Amino acid sequence: MPSLKTYRLRIRSVQSTQKITKAMKMVAAAKLRRAQEQAMAARPYAEAMDKVLAALGQSFKGAGPRLLAGTGSDQVQLLIVATADRGLCGAFNSSIVREARRVIRALMAEGKTVKILCVGRKGRDQLRRDFGSMIVDTITDLGRPRVSYADALKVTARVTQLFDAGEFDVATVIYNRFRSAISQIVTAQQLIPAQPPEGDGGPATTGGAIYEFEPDEGAILADLLPRNLTVQIFRVLLENAASFYGSQMTAMDNASRNAGDVIKKLTLQMNRSRQATITKELIEIISGAEAV
Amino acid sequence: MAKFSFRLVMPERELLAIEADMVVVPGSEGDFGVLQGHAPLISTIRPGVLEVYQGNKVDQRFVIVGGFAEVTPERCTVLADEAIPFEEATAEVLAQRERTAEEDLVDAASEAERAAATKDLAIAKELRRAQAYYASR
Repeated sequence: MPSLKTYRLRIRSVQSTQKITKAMKMVAAAKLRRAQEQAMAARPYAEAMDKVLAALGQSFKGAGPRLLAGTGSDQVQLLIVATADRGLCGAFNSSIVREARRVIRALMAEGKTVKILCVGRKGRDQLRRDFGSMIVDTITDLGRPRVSYADALKVTARVTQLFDAGEFDVATVIYNRFRSAISQIVTAQQLIPAQPPEGDGGPATTGGAIYEFEPDEGAILADLLPRNLTVQIFRVLLENAASFYGSQMTAMDNASRNAGDVIKKLTLQMNRSRQATITKELIEIISGAEAV
Repeated sequence: MAKFSFRLVMPERELLAIEADMVVVPGSEGDFGVLQGHAPLISTIRPGVLEVYQGNKVDQRFVIVGGFAEVTPERCTVLADEAIPFEEATAEVLAQRERTAEEDLVDAASEAERAAATKDLAIAKELRRAQAYYASR
């Protein structure tokens, strides 16, 4: 039977672990709130962008730039796997990577060439073992201290550069869409060729008006599509950041609770063993006295 | 004068959402004023100064860097890559921006970086010119 001292030491070590996980939970909760506010703040621009794009889509006839029309092939697929740089966040990273693996296998089964662009250190670490040769590039250290538009620009620049060099035909991003602190949904979204925004408000939003365009549809479209790509990526990064902190908060909450359970169990064991020792000593004394 | 709703948004946040009498936008094909009832228009924007009028007077000014304007008879939305209140975009701030762009151009290692820096420099020069013009008015 372990001595009282070893019990005390173990309880103390679990307590300090609990302190850390509790603190991390608090920090994650605060950062989650900030990430959510940021995502809210970014919404008006994205919505306005969608509206302009929808208006252009209605009046623009023709093939359009390559970002919209694609290269006419879907042989080479670029997968942008957006994970976090750090762990300790429950299933956040692994669920993204699991989906990425599934998509990669499915594409390979169709005979497509797959290339991977990792955003975030964790995704690269986990994918490197199986698909190391497919990873074209890794972008890390984004979103410090918080996700900025410049971060999104960095990713877009790399993607555009690859696209212009004819390195891929279709780009899809895999990330965690934020629903709530306890629920994040792994989502795959196609970025190139651009998916026209769904007519959420329909013609009502434009009042059925026919826009004039300055300079002209084609020039505006050519200007707008790269921006739209950046906005999409920006949204992915924001959603991912919120999901990350939500997931981390839940994970740390569970960890704190588990630590509490362990402490309770150890305390019970310690008290039992203390009582057993006392009882044993008493028996010894009594039987000693009886013998006299 | 009848007012219309005007919004100035940046990718990261909404900067301004108010009722205005008139807005003068630096379109890429020239400045254009927007009043209530303007014909539907979508235009690109060049780096320059945007003016918001209340009554007959300029109420607010912003230095904006590229983007789009979407105009309908009842509203006007400007999507700017970047927008700085005119008071904050002083000559020194913009001169500093130009210097940074110049340094980036010197340091540029790849073709893509050089192109980006050249663009930044052109924007910075344009902003400085526009700021000087409006400041002297």
